[in-house]
Amino acid sequence: MAAKESKLNEVVLQGNEACAKGALYAGCRFFAGYPITPSTEIIEMMSGEMQKAGGAFIQMEDEIGSACAIIGARWGGSKAMTATSGPGYTLMQEAIGFAAVTETPIVIVNVQRGGPSTGQPTLSSQQDVYQARYGSHGDYEIIVLAPSSVQEMYDFTVRAFELAEQYRTPVILLADEVVGHMREKIVIKDGSKNIKSVKQQYVVSPQADFFKGEFTTVEGQLHDEQGRRIGHIANKSGEFIYNINKKITDNIDGIADITTYCMEDADVAIVAYGSVARPALNAVKHARGVKDDRIAPKFKIVKDLMTRGIQKTIKTDYSHLKVGLVKINSVWPIPEDLLRQATERVDTVIVPEMNVGKYCREVERVLKDKKVIPMSKCGGDIHTPIEILDKILEVTGIEEEVDINE
Amino acid sequence: MATITIDKACCKGCNICLTVCPKKIFVKSRQRNNYGTAMPAAENQDECIVCRMCERMCPDGAIDVEK
Amino acid sequence: MNKLYEKYIKKESLPNLFCPGCGNGIIQIAAMDAMEKLNCKDDVACVSGIGCSSWIPCYYKLDVIHSMHGRALAFAEGLKLARPDKKILVFTGDGDCMAIGGNHLLHAAQRNIDLTVVMVNNYIYGMTGGQKSPTTPIGAKTKTSPFGCIDEPMNACKLVMSLGASYVARWTTAHPVQLAKAIAEGMDHKGFSFIEVLSQCPVQAGKNVWGEKEPAKIMAKYKEVTYLYKLGSNDPTGAMAEKNAEGKIPIGLFKNDENAQEYLERVEAKLAESGIAR
Repeated sequence: MAAKESKLNEVVLQGNEACAKGALYAGCRFFAGYPITPSTEIIEMMSGEMQKAGGAFIQMEDEIGSACAIIGARWGGSKAMTATSGPGYTLMQEAIGFAAVTETPIVIVNVQRGGPSTGQPTLSSQQDVYQARYGSHGDYEIIVLAPSSVQEMYDFTVRAFELAEQYRTPVILLADEVVGHMREKIVIKDGSKNIKSVKQQYVVSPQADFFKGEFTTVEGQLHDEQGRRIGHIANKSGEFIYNINKKITDNIDGIADITTYCMEDADVAIVAYGSVARPALNAVKHARGVKDDRIAPKFKIVKDLMTRGIQKTIKTDYSHLKVGLVKINSVWPIPEDLLRQATERVDTVIVPEMNVGKYCREVERVLKDKKVIPMSKCGGDIHTPIEILDKILEVTGIEEEVDINE
Repeated sequence: MATITIDKACCKGCNICLTVCPKKIFVKSRQRNNYGTAMPAAENQDECIVCRMCERMCPDGAIDVEK
Repeated sequence: MNKLYEKYIKKESLPNLFCPGCGNGIIQIAAMDAMEKLNCKDDVACVSGIGCSSWIPCYYKLDVIHSMHGRALAFAEGLKLARPDKKILVFTGDGDCMAIGGNHLLHAAQRNIDLTVVMVNNYIYGMTGGQKSPTTPIGAKTKTSPFGCIDEPMNACKLVMSLGASYVARWTTAHPVQLAKAIAEGMDHKGFSFIEVLSQCPVQAGKNVWGEKEPAKIMAKYKEVTYLYKLGSNDPTGAMAEKNAEGKIPIGLFKNDENAQEYLERVEAKLAESGIAR
C-alpha cells in the first residue's frame, strides 16, 4: 500500500518535538521512556500525542526498562521507539545488543549531552559517537543517523524507522542538545507513512511477529533460523556472527548518506556530522561569499584579557579559501566509498567535533592518503564558523590578510 | 487397568516417580535410559488407580498413563 | 511421553537442558496443564529472563521471548501494551526477578499490569554453579557465602502484595495440581498475578541449602517446611501469611483481589475521561 496522501505543512518546532512528530508520522505506535535532560521534550510530547494517535505510552522505571519494553512491543507488532541521552543511553546498551542479535527493528534516540557520567546535562557534545557504534558488548553492526537541523530531526526519524524495518536492526538517531533544543521552521507531513516490514531478505533468523501462529522464539543467545540456541556450537555461532554483521556491511550502499556543499572545486574539505555541520556549512558559505543573513560578521573582535576592553578589530578575508563541506548523515556504518568520492580532489580534510576527536580517526582510516586534521572542542560550546575558518587558515598556511581599522 | 509407559529418550533417572506413586508401582530397574543412567520400571500396572501424579511429577514428561 | 507434550512442546528441542530431578520440568507441565484448562494456547505468549527457570518456556510451541537477565518483566510490559488482548506468561527465577530485576518487579506489581508471573524459587543461583541468591536462607554455605549466608532472605510474595499485585500465591513443586490451578487462575485474573513456586535444585541448592541431593527427598522437605495458609474473612488482605510458630513457610493463595483496577483499564478510563477517542 502506498503512503496515504500527504499534505505539506510548515510549522515552527523544536528539534525534540520534530523527532516525536516524525516518529508518529512513521507509524510509531509504542513509546516507552524515562525523562532525562536534554531529551525530555520527546517523552513529554509522546505521552499525549501517542495516546491520541491510538498507540501506547508508558513511563518506565528506568532506561533499561524502556529499551526492553520497546523490544517487547515491537514483537507484539507495534513500531516502537525510545529517547534518552547521556547516562540513560549507557543503561540501554544491554538492550541494544539484544535487539541487534534478535534482529528487532527499533529506534533509539540519543540526544547527546556532555559526559562522562552525569557530565553536562544542559550542554551539548558529540562524545557518544563511538558508544553509538560500539556501546554494547560483542560484535555487531548498527545503523546510526546524525541530524543537523530540526527538519532533519523529523526526516531522519522517519528514515530511521524505514532502515530499521528494512534491515531488521536497531537504529540510533544520534542527535545532540543543540539540534534537540533548537527551534526552526520545518515542513511536516500529515497522515501516516506506511512503512512495510520488508519480507526479511537480509535477515539471518527470520522470525514472524507474535501471535501469527509461527511459534517465534526471540533468543538472545546465538541462534539458528528457527531461533534455537546454537551458542554452544562454535562453527554455527561463528557463521551467525559474520551474518548479522554482513547484513549491514554488505548493504552500505542502501544505508550510506552524505550531503556535500561546494565540493566541486574545493581545496579543503570539512567533514562534519550532527549539529557541528551547521557552523561548518556557515563557514563554507562565508568563505564562498554566499549571501546569507545568518552568516557571522566578518569582523573578529580581539579582546585584551587584562583590561577586558576592546583593543582592536581585525578584519580577516576568507574569500580566497576554496572550502567545501561533506556532511555525514549516516555516521555508522561509515560511508567509506561516498566519503572517498566526495573528497577525491582535496588534500586536506578538517574534522570539527564536539569531543576529544573520535570520528576523525575513522575519517583518517578511510582517507589514508590525505591530511586529516582533527578539530576538537569540548566543554559544551559548539564551534563557530570563524573558528573553523581560522583553523583552515592555520593548516593551509595561507597568509591571513589583516586589516587593522584602528 | 492402565498401561504405563516410560519414555527412555526423555527419562533422566531422577527417581521422583518412585516416591510420588501412592501404589508404589515404579521400582528401580537395571534398564538404562538414553543418558545411560538407570531408569525405573513400572511393575504391577494393574494396581494403578490413574491418579496421574507420576505424569505431573515427572520433570521430563517421560511417563504416560493410558487408561 | 506426557500427552501434553504433543500439543505444547517442540519435540525437536528435546531433551531439555534441565538437570535430572529439576523442578522446572514439573512447573513446565503445570503451566501446560493450566493453558489446557483455559484452552487459551493461541492467545498466550511467554517471556522469560535468564537462569535455569527462564528456559522453561523455550520448549513451548508458543511465541517466546527469552530475554535478558532480570528484564523479563520490562519486555512483558511492552508486549502486553502492544497486544492488550493477549495473555502474557512470564517465567523468572528468584535471582532474575528479585536481584537484578528487582526494580522492574516493584514497578510491574505497583502498576498492577495484567501479566502472569511464575517465579521459580530454588533458593540459589543454579546456572552459574551455586552462588547465594536473594532467597538463600541465613547460614546456608554457598560458593559466594563460604562462611554461611548472612542476609535475611527476601519474601517475594509479601513484597508484591504490599505494592498492589492483585493475585498472589505460593506453591511448591510437591503440589503440582494446586500449582496448575494457581497458574490457570492467575492467567484468568485481570491484573498482576504473581505465583511463587518453591522448586528443588538437587545439584546446587541440594548440596548447599538442603544438605540432600535426592530430588524426591527435597520435595518431601518442602512438604515438611510449609503449612497451608487459608485466606479467609478474618484476613482478607493476606497480611497474616507469615511464618507460623514452628517457623514453617505459608503456601497457598494469599491474595485474590478481583476489584483492583488493572493498568490498562486505568489508562483507558483516564483517556475516556479526557475525551480522547481511540
